[in-house]
This record gives sequence, C-alpha cells and structure tokens, in this order.
Amino acid sequence: MIGSFNLVGLIVDAIAIGTVYLLGCIGETLTEKAGNLNLGIPGIMCCGALGGGFGIWLCSDKCTDLAASPAYMYVLVSILCSMLFAAAAGLIYALFTVTLKANQSVVGLVLTTFGIGVFRFFAKKINKDIIFSGAHYYFKNLFGYEGDNIFGKIFLSHGILVYLAIIIAICAAFLLNKTKVGLNLRAVGENPATADAVGLNVSAYKYAFILIGSSISGLGGLYYVMDKSDGTNFTEAAIDSFGWMAVALVIATMWKPLVSIFGSILFGAFYVMPAYLPLSRNMNKLFAIAPYVITVVVLIVIRFMNQKNNQPPASLGLSYFREER
Amino acid sequence: MTKAQNSISVKKEPLFHVSKNTVLPFWQKSAFLSGGVLAALIIIALISVLLIKQNPFKIFSAIVKGPFLDLWSYLQSAAMLLGFAIAVVPAFKMKYFNMGANGAVLMSCAAAIVCMKYLPKVNIGGSAMPNWLIMIIMTVAGIIMATLYSLIPAIFKAFFDINETLFTLMSNYIAAKFCGYLIYIMDESKSGVLNIVNRISHKGWFPKVGGNNYLLSIIVVLIMTAFMAVYMKYTKHGFESSLVGESVNTARYVGINDKKVMLRTIALSGALCGILGVLYAGSISHTLTESIGGLGFTAILVAWLANFSPLIMVAVAFLVQFLQTGTNYVATSLSLGSTDFSSICVGIMFFCVIAAQFFIEYKVELTSRGREFFHIKGNVKMVEGGIH
Amino acid sequence: MENRIALELKNISKHFGKIQANKNVSLDVREGEILSLLGENGSGKTTLMNMISGIYYPDEGEIFVRGEKANITSPKSAFSYRIGMIHQHFKLVETFTAAENIILGTAEKYDLKYVNSRVSEIAAKYGFDINPKKMIHEMSVSEKQTVEIIKVIYRGADILILDEPTAVLTPQEIEKLFTILRNMKNDGKSIIIITHKLNEVLAISDRVSILRKGEYVGTVNTSETNEKELTEMMVGAKINLEINRVKIEKKNPLLEIRDLTILKDDGSIAIDKVSFYIRSGEILGVAGITGCGQKELCEAIAGLHKITSGSIVHGGESIVGMSSKDIIRKGISMSFIPEDRLGMGLAPSFSITDNMMLKTYGEGKTPFVDRNSARERAKALIEKLGIVTPSTETPVRRLSGGNVQKVLVGREIESGPNVIITAYPVRGLDINSSYQIYDILNEQKAKGTGILFVGEDLDVMLALCDKIMVLCHGKMMGIVNADHVTKEELGLMMTGAVNLNEEQKDKNFGIARDSQLTPEQWAEEEKKAGKENR
Repeated sequence: MIGSFNLVGLIVDAIAIGTVYLLGCIGETLTEKAGNLNLGIPGIMCCGALGGGFGIWLCSDKCTDLAASPAYMYVLVSILCSMLFAAAAGLIYALFTVTLKANQSVVGLVLTTFGIGVFRFFAKKINKDIIFSGAHYYFKNLFGYEGDNIFGKIFLSHGILVYLAIIIAICAAFLLNKTKVGLNLRAVGENPATADAVGLNVSAYKYAFILIGSSISGLGGLYYVMDKSDGTNFTEAAIDSFGWMAVALVIATMWKPLVSIFGSILFGAFYVMPAYLPLSRNMNKLFAIAPYVITVVVLIVIRFMNQKNNQPPASLGLSYFREER
Repeated sequence: MTKAQNSISVKKEPLFHVSKNTVLPFWQKSAFLSGGVLAALIIIALISVLLIKQNPFKIFSAIVKGPFLDLWSYLQSAAMLLGFAIAVVPAFKMKYFNMGANGAVLMSCAAAIVCMKYLPKVNIGGSAMPNWLIMIIMTVAGIIMATLYSLIPAIFKAFFDINETLFTLMSNYIAAKFCGYLIYIMDESKSGVLNIVNRISHKGWFPKVGGNNYLLSIIVVLIMTAFMAVYMKYTKHGFESSLVGESVNTARYVGINDKKVMLRTIALSGALCGILGVLYAGSISHTLTESIGGLGFTAILVAWLANFSPLIMVAVAFLVQFLQTGTNYVATSLSLGSTDFSSICVGIMFFCVIAAQFFIEYKVELTSRGREFFHIKGNVKMVEGGIH
Repeated sequence: MENRIALELKNISKHFGKIQANKNVSLDVREGEILSLLGENGSGKTTLMNMISGIYYPDEGEIFVRGEKANITSPKSAFSYRIGMIHQHFKLVETFTAAENIILGTAEKYDLKYVNSRVSEIAAKYGFDINPKKMIHEMSVSEKQTVEIIKVIYRGADILILDEPTAVLTPQEIEKLFTILRNMKNDGKSIIIITHKLNEVLAISDRVSILRKGEYVGTVNTSETNEKELTEMMVGAKINLEINRVKIEKKNPLLEIRDLTILKDDGSIAIDKVSFYIRSGEILGVAGITGCGQKELCEAIAGLHKITSGSIVHGGESIVGMSSKDIIRKGISMSFIPEDRLGMGLAPSFSITDNMMLKTYGEGKTPFVDRNSARERAKALIEKLGIVTPSTETPVRRLSGGNVQKVLVGREIESGPNVIITAYPVRGLDINSSYQIYDILNEQKAKGTGILFVGEDLDVMLALCDKIMVLCHGKMMGIVNADHVTKEELGLMMTGAVNLNEEQKDKNFGIARDSQLTPEQWAEEEKKAGKENR
C-alpha cells in the first residue's frame, strides 16, 4: 500500500492548492496588521478572478489573433487587472470600515455576497472561449519542466503565480519585520491612538494596506481560475470556501507570512489528501470534510500554544475614531 | 534649530469635521435610512442603464411586479430569511458571531430526511410506523441534531476561547460536505442528487394548512419571531444573554455563570435552526441538498440592520426578500440569463443602508475652510443632530 | 530677565456636542519655565492641551508658537512646531520595545543600534534610567512614563506637556521626575504640567494657570501664592476640604482574611500571604501603586477570582469557594471601578432601570423579569442621590461620570450590604460628586457596614479611612491607624522601602485578637483551604 502512495504527487498538488490559500492569507495578514478584519476575502478573490478574465479578454480583443499576442502580455495584463479589480473591492471595504467606521465583520459579509454576485454576473459576459482556447496555459509551468525528477517535479513544475506568491510572502515578512513602514503598520494595528499621537496617518495606513492586501488576495482568485482549475471553472465560485480557509490560515500561522508559506502547503495537503488515499468512493465522499475539520483542529491547537508573540493585533476589528470620548 | 523651524509644514485645515452624534429622534433616523434606500435604488437604476441597457422604470416596475407573481412563494422565502435571522439573534445579542446557521439548518434537515426515508420501513408489531409518529421523530431528531451541532463551537468558545467566527464558518462546510456524503449514500442512482423523498407516499410530509403548501412554514416562523421578541425583552434568560453580551465582567460580578448562559443561548439558537431544517425537510423541499442558498449570511445582515430587534427584523427581512425576488424576476423576465443580478442589488442596498447608519451615528460639519471651499457664506452649520 | 514666550494661546474655545469643554482660554508659557495648569477633573485641562498637541482642533481662537501664528492640525504638525505631549494614558505600543516606540513616526531609518545610543545620550543628559531594548509590556508604570518623555525629547520637542504625570507614581518616583523636569527647564525647555495636586504645583512650577469649568480663571506666580488661594481659584467658592470621619464604637471583626495568596491570570503572584480584617462600622483603606494586586484582592473577596491559598471568613463562616451569587446573598457588595468606569458592575447600554435590577432580576418564581418594581427603585434612587438623567430608561453610558458612579454606588447600598468593597469610587469625579460619595460611605459606616476602600489619593484616604493597609507588589507592608501616619510614611511603604511587618514582628498585623473563630477553628480552616487548593 505504502509503495503505491504517491507522495511527490501529493506535495505537488498541495503546493498547487496551497497557493490559493497563501495569496489569500498574505493579503489578509497585511490587512489584519492594519487592524482590520476583512471577512470579504471570498468576495475580493472573486473580483480578482474576474479581473484576470477581463485582462485576457482585453488582450484578445486588442489583438484579434490570439496566437500573435505574446504570452507575457496576457499574464502581465491579467495580473494587473486582477489586482486592480480586487483593490477596487478592497476600496469599498476600506471606505466603509475606515471612513464610515462601520462594523468590519458586517461590511465583510456584504462584500462577500456582493463580490460573488458580481463575479458570477460578469463572468458570463466574458467570452469563455478565449480562456478555454489556451490563454490559461501561459500561467502554467513557468519553467516548462516535463521530466520525472523528484526535485524538478516539486520545485520546477509550477506556474508563475506559485513562485510569485512565495516571493510576495517573503517580501511581506521583510516589510513587516525589517522596515520602518512595517513598524508603523504594526503600530497602527496594535494601537491606532498611539500611532496617531506620534503623527502617523492612521487612515492612510489602513487604506494603503487594505488595498495592497486585497490586491494580493485577489491574485488568489486569479490563480485558482487560471492555473489550478485550468480556466475551466470560470463560472463556479468554489472560491468562497478557499477565501474562508485563507482567513483561518492567518490565525493558524500567527500573522507570520513565512510560516504561512508552509502552513498553506500543509492545508493544501489536507485538502487533496483523500484523492491520494486508497479509499472507497463512499469514504472518499466523507473525507471531503477533512480539510475543514483539520482547520478547526489547527485553530484549537494554536490557541493552546498561546504566547505573547502569536496574538492578533490588539485593535483588530475595532474602528478608530480620534475624538472618541 | 532653524532647520526644524523651516520644516514646519503648513498643513491645511480639513474640509469636514466629524463628531459623535447625540441620539436622534425617530423621524430623523427614518429620514436617513430612507435616504439610504433611495440612494441604493438610484445606484441600481444607474447600473441597470449602464449594464443591461434597459429603461430603469421598466426594471423597477419588474422588481415590484416580481414578488406578486408568486406571492406565496415570496412570502415563504421572506419568512425563511426572517427565520434564519431570528435564529441567530440570541447568539449575536451575546456578541457571539454565529456564522454557522447554514450548517445547523443543513444538519437538522439531514436528520429529518434520514428519518423520513428510513422510518416508514420500520415495522412496529407487524404494521408500519404511523405517520404522526414519523413526523414527531423527525422533528425531534432535527432539532436535537442542530442543537448539538451548534453547541460544539460554543463549547470551545466558552471553555477554551476559540474564535467562534471561523469555527462556525468551517462548521458550515463540514455540514455541507457531510450532507454530500449522506446524499451519495441515500441516492440509489449515485447521481449525487437526492430525489424528492416519499414523493408518492408523502410519508413524513407535514400537512398543508388550509390547503396551502406555504402557510405552515410562514406560521411557524411568525410564532418563532413572537417567542424571541418576548424572550429577549421580558424573560430572565433573555436578560442574562444580553447582559453577558454587554459586559462579561458585570455578568460574572452579579453572579451569572457566563459559560452556562452562553451554552444555553447557543443551544436555543441551534434549536431554532433545527426547526427551520425540519421545515425544509417536511414542508418545503422534501429533499436534501448540499446548500441552502447562503441564507445564513443574509440573515446576519438582516438582524444587524434591524439592531437585533425581532419586530424590526420582520420588516427588514420582507423588504430584503422583496428586492431579491424582484430583481430575480428582472433577471429572468429581461432574459439576463443570470439570477446573480439580485445579489448585486441586495449588496448595494446593504452598503447604502450601512452608509446611512454612519450619518445617524456621527455628525458631519463643514469646517471654516470647508465653508470657504464650497462657497458657503456666513456662519452656516449643517443640520445638527436633534437635541433629545 | 524674562525669557522669550514659547507658546501663547488666545481665546481658545472648543465644544463637544452640547458640552462646552473650553471657553475663551488664553495663556502663555516662556522658555525655560515650568507652568502648572491647575483645575478640577472635567475643567477642560486635557482638552486644551490636546488642541496644542493636535489631537483636537479648536473651534475658535489662535495659537502662537515662538511668536508666530501656528496651525496645528495633527500630532505630526505639533511635532513640527517642536511641541510634544505626554498623555496620562500612555500612548505606547505594548508589543514593541522602548526603542521601537521612540522612533515610531519619525522620519528616521529603522536602525535600532543608532537609536539605542542616542537614547542613552538623552538619558545621561537629563538623568533618566532606561533600557531601550525592554518591551513595554514588561515595564513598570514609571518606566513607561520615562519612555514617553524620552520619545518627545528624541523628536526635538522643547515645549513639553505632561498630563497628570504624577497620578500613577509613588512620592519617591515623583521626586525623581521633578528632578528631571528641573534639569530640562535649566536646559531651556518649556514645560506645561497638568495636575490637580496643589502641593506638587507649589513644588515644581514657576507660574500657575487655573481653569474652572472650561474657562480661564487666571495666572499667578507660584512664589506669590499658597494652597488656599489656589483652591479658591480652582473651585470658585471656598469649600470645606475636611471630610468628617465618623467615630464608631469598636465592634466584632466582620470580614477576616488570613494568609491569602492569589495568582494573576498570567500566573504571577498578585497577593502574597496577606492577612487583614474589617470590623463593622470601619473603613479600611488599601493604599498601593496601581496594579499591586488591589483588583485581584477585591475580585477574590467577591468570589470572582480563584484563591490559591488562605482563608476568607465572613461572620465566622468561610466563604472560600462560594459562588459570587452566594457571596452577594451574604451581604457582601462590590462597586469596582476599573480604568473604564463601566467595565464592571454596570451594563453600559442598559437603561438605569435595567441596571437597577442586575442583582435582583432573578427574584420571583416566574420566568419573566419584573421591570416595574426596578423602575420604581430607579426613580427613588434618582431622587435620593440627585442623579441627572432625562429618564429612568436612559442608557447609563449616556450619563456623566459622576452620575454613573451614583447609580453604581446607590444600587449597591440599596441592597443593604454589611460589607462594601469599593475601588477608586471617585476616579474622574469633580469635587462635589466626590464628596457626595464620601458622605454615602460615611453614612453606611455609621449604620455598621464594614467598608474596604481601595483608593489612590492619599490625602483623602488619611481623612476618610480609620485604618490603612499598604500593599507593595502583592505583599502587605503593614496596617496603620490613619491618625498616626503621614503621607511620606505611606509613600515609603508603598515602594517597599519600609516594611512594618519586618520591623514590628510582634504586632501580628491583620490578625484580630477578638476573632470570631477560635485558634482551633482557624487551624481547621487552614487545613481545609490547603486541601481545596491542592
């Protein structure tokens, strides 16, 4: 039995699904570090996916002959549009939670409903043939690796967004821990009154990192549509469950981007595990609950290793009003 | 020293000044809220013109027409939305962010459907189980199932302080996937879709009230609403729940066992979800699916916008469902080919009302620079919050 | 020779909703001068200073910095005018180190080595004692204050505003702070210190400006004034500062506590083997620096905090392990005012009526609450204590601090307790409201109630309490008769410099000679306590 267990395949698949989590998680981590709990991540991911599709449509519309347009143009424009759409959704969230000081969870929920609705509505308007016809291949297998080497399969066989996600995670970790901007951002999330008193523009930081966080999360949606599901799932919003998992992953990885690289692969492994186990079809159906059960278990375990340095930002979920008396 | 002095930035005074409002009188609150609704309608009209290139009046007339085409179906949908909102209210009053109503309703529905499917095959003393007994067992099973299922995250919240928002979110997916498994087991054709159970025998189907398919669920939900309205405001249990939500320290200080109250309140919330699940199984769908359309989230928004007051929730739920049904009808009648237009419209409506609440809570005034900027002369001030 | 004017305010006004916080205030401070801003709580001192430091923006009036008109729109622009404020509630990020807090918001690079060396430089210059690598949440209150002061100096501020800097310090720490302030003054810095403690005003400042109810009363040279004159300017009419201590004949110990040990939530020791007793008709004060275990002690007596070892005996019966409900039933009542007034004992969004029935809602056999009788009681209380409120249905968070306090204390007294535990009952109240609260407590004392009074103002405690117990880091430093002790002695005990327990071992502080229990019964209690907590 053990001999037939395809560990390499599992890892490759885990990285693939983990990338959706990772992008969502890094985006949410940056947002939460600014003190904002964004439950709109599923909606934002949907907007990101929609933006990506829009980008491809934009390219193909400009160049009627698909084959003539260079591949990198598709990827670049698609990524930019994806981030732009997601940031627009993030802007709505920021407007309501920062400027209008509305309840963050409630706004997040509305944004999720709204974002999924927008995605489904407009996804139908975009001609899917363009995406089916091969644009999604540009996102896959960056190094063109086709061999059977274990190292190559695990490290070289992925699409561009996988590597981009890891680079973003490393950049986010550097930004948070080693730079002045990161220090300021953490101060805003921990204690906005203090940040305000030392002259930081709390609202500007919140806006900036909600927008940056959203556009990174949006890439998770793009990745899911273009790479993970080969451009075939453009009408389906399975993205919402991934969005919530990403939010859970933020807590599970204790707001540490470097930890989330490994956390996301682990969560990904749990997600794809049933397919790699010798299970009857019935059991396979039942095992679909596994990733969610394990997420809950991880949340509980993390709670029990509770320490001073894995706490959420102290002002998470609260809106800041300077003249509160 | 001179360097520091030179670096003095001459910052401009902001245009607006925002401060906390005093309590507004009822008419002013309503005016702001109506303003929000109106703004939402205008935005929806603009979007319809831009995107579906339709005359907005045509769309509005379709929205209004929609719910009346199948009035009972609309009333039932609204009642179910209200039911979900009523079910989450005790939890939210306690500041317990219960996102798991969907999951609890599903689990209850699953339990009831299993009873419906297998109990008629059970023999008691040679004869088949009577229908009334089946109905009682499925009701009890559904309510118990949903109660226990809701209690799991509550126990972890009460004793280990585990984040209930994510736990209940995950429990929705666990319930959905578990139902997927049950469907697969119960469905002989293995198509992944469960046919209507007891389509011919109607075993375990709840009776029609006054010959109407829809009325039973509406009546049950209205009874639930009345019960909750009284429970939250006039009973000792309700008082304890709101006190725990208001200040755990104060609750402990007056001798309330906050953990016990939390578990009791969530059990109640779960039981109400259970009733809804049983209604789906016995009176509405007679089958099990992997999702119940995400009503749980919309219901949270309904409850929140109604400030958790059951009576206001009735109005909000019926209004939101009106918009939803109406825009759905727009989507089908104008052959948009998509019912997702309605979730966009409902989203816009919620956003606008949240924005309106900002103006109820806060007062926005022009500063002196703001007055200059907008060319307003004299010492004019914007409408101030009324004095109570 | 007179120094240059560093900061000048002209006709500043500010209102919040209906409340006029400042009205036509004008004052100035010179370079190399310490100015005291004196006023009661709620007289608008902090609001005024917040406008100088950019937290608020004045509705009317002008601010001049070094002779030029200034437009201070934000804390950042205040810094650019080299104005720095040290807030009463420290504005520090708990999870950062001192150095990280100090450079937060500056244009400097994130180079902690450089920051550390510059901080040490500043510390040496003015006489601070600081470790820049220490995390804020590991620091004492006085260390945090040091960080706050260095923070503004680091940014080059030479107009410093300190909001009630001495409220949380011991007399010894206050002396140290004053030395530092004098060093800074000699360096040419302008310092505004907000306070309502007259002795400090006289000790530190060159001039005093006085506010009353948001209005500017006047400025006097410290050398030409005295406590009496300042008090009159501060409160308007002359008032009697004396609190009448009611003398009550000695009665039996009502609440006896022996060898009590309590752990904090994080596992560190909050109360360490403390023994004391309260007789009926007696006010026992508890003095100590904030966070010395007072909170845990009060909560333990009320049954809200777990006890590690020791015994609590009420009227001859142990109450260790009883639920808080049962303890309330025995007549022990608590009105605890933590930093946020509405944190414990009241439900902020509930109406006065609902708050009245917090302790009694469970009475009666029906499943319903009896709101009508609670409303009657609320009406009676409003009338009796003169609570200012639109109606009985107003949420208590909409009331002013003094009225909230009256609701809380009034409800506690209404239930007819025999022991009252009250912590910081006058925090944030104006003088009149404070005295009303003292009167209520004295009235209860006369009725034979035993009162545990956790306070912060030593003058008040000396006047109000019969005995004072001093805590230092959870240890009892001694229990003294309020008639035979000075403030300085209390201060030394609060810092642990004097420990009467060590000095007068034979006295057996905290053990009543006429205990309600015999020595054998006490031994029994101790045995039980040991068993329960093993």
